[in-house]
Amino acid sequence: MWRDALLIATKDLKIEFRSKVTLNLILPFAFVVLIIFAFALDTSPGTLQKVAPGLFWLAVLFSSIFSVDRAVAIESDDNAGDGLLVYGVDPGGIFLGKVISVFVQLFLLEIFLLLGVVVLYGPKIGGWLLMLASALFATIGLCAAGVTYSQLASGSRAKQTLLPLLLVPVVSPVLLAATKAWQDAFAAASSLEDPWLRLLIVFAVVYLALGAIFYSSILEG
Amino acid sequence: MESRGYRWSRRAIGIVSLLLVAATVILGLWITPPDVVQGQLVRLIYVHPPVAWVAYLAYGVTSIGSILYLWKRTRNLKWDLLAAASAEVGVVFTGLTLITGSIWGRPAWGVWWTWDARLTTTALLFVLYLGYLALRRVPADSHQRAVRSSIAGLIAFIDVPIVHQSVVWWRTLHQGATVLNPSLSPKIHGEMAMTLLLGFISFTSVYAWMLMHRYQIAILEQKVLDAELDQLIEERRREPDSESRQARPTNDVGNFDQPSKV
Repeated sequence: MWRDALLIATKDLKIEFRSKVTLNLILPFAFVVLIIFAFALDTSPGTLQKVAPGLFWLAVLFSSIFSVDRAVAIESDDNAGDGLLVYGVDPGGIFLGKVISVFVQLFLLEIFLLLGVVVLYGPKIGGWLLMLASALFATIGLCAAGVTYSQLASGSRAKQTLLPLLLVPVVSPVLLAATKAWQDAFAAASSLEDPWLRLLIVFAVVYLALGAIFYSSILEG
Repeated sequence: MESRGYRWSRRAIGIVSLLLVAATVILGLWITPPDVVQGQLVRLIYVHPPVAWVAYLAYGVTSIGSILYLWKRTRNLKWDLLAAASAEVGVVFTGLTLITGSIWGRPAWGVWWTWDARLTTTALLFVLYLGYLALRRVPADSHQRAVRSSIAGLIAFIDVPIVHQSVVWWRTLHQGATVLNPSLSPKIHGEMAMTLLLGFISFTSVYAWMLMHRYQIAILEQKVLDAELDQLIEERRREPDSESRQARPTNDVGNFDQPSKV
């Protein structure tokens, strides 16, 4: 399963490296989101500094919808996914591979986005360890839930509309917990004992397990 | 066709529900006294908690139906249709919970909405199952739709405790106790407790009645679908060979592209 997962992840990342969708489309989109947040709220530094963690994670959430949609679309176009199954690739491996590939893309996006947040909103950043740990688990949770739901919604003509409706309520705890964990981190609480981090770990583990269990049924169903 | 026993029990439950709801209305609006603190507002208590309970019950039934469909030994399309019927009724009752809660909240708290843990969880629950129902509308063959929606229903149900926990922490880690707790649960007895109990029974009965109706409709819809398909296949068979070839020149390729599970 792990070998299959790595193969799928390498394949997807290679496709991404050649097509550069994340770099050319999703990253600029995330920056646009950061800018229009400043329009919607107040540009006074106090406000933006205060809500910076929430806005950051909201931008990540929006971007993740596009990323997971694309990761699954690679296989549903021309029924490539059926081909993989015929080759005998493990469905759990496909799931994990997709999660890994989306994770790598999202994590890189988050690094650029954080730079954007620092420049545009100017929050005081501290607690790097907590920030990093919560970002890792939040991203895993987002990817695992996202890939599962994206596969559930695939095959629908209204997929682009259906996916956010399905996914956003499900990952709302991630948005909440990641925002709170980052707020704690920004307040210089760098301890890893943070309850929000624990919630993020639970979410990531639960959705990785659910995805690995159900993915084959969704693919073959 | 539905069996005679099913039809009669459905009608009986319908009549009983009507009587129970009528009794709840009479007891709730006229017989029970107004509350010392809340006045007439307290009468919403005979509706709001029972409606919320029914919503949870409905989602519980949806999850059981989903599990029974996913488990290969008990796999039967009926479980999926039951899960769908229950989810639909559940969404209606979640909507009613939010509306009645809002009506109560406006005079009691002075606002239509507050970011209380329970309210927020309920709102998310509403959207989660709206998503489930939207997923069911995606065109697919019945087995595929059943598998996908069963998984979605089950994941939604597993998600509820996580959502609830996160929202509870969100509202309580950084501020005091929730707003709902003090007013609803304690110090209720006599006629009022009886009426509340009656409310629970009558709305559960209404749920059972609606579920049976909705389930029956789902079964009939499925039958219509199957009959239409049979008819189309039959028509296609009767067509002369040459005509069918002309009508679908790329027949084989089309079938190869999308393996049909019908």
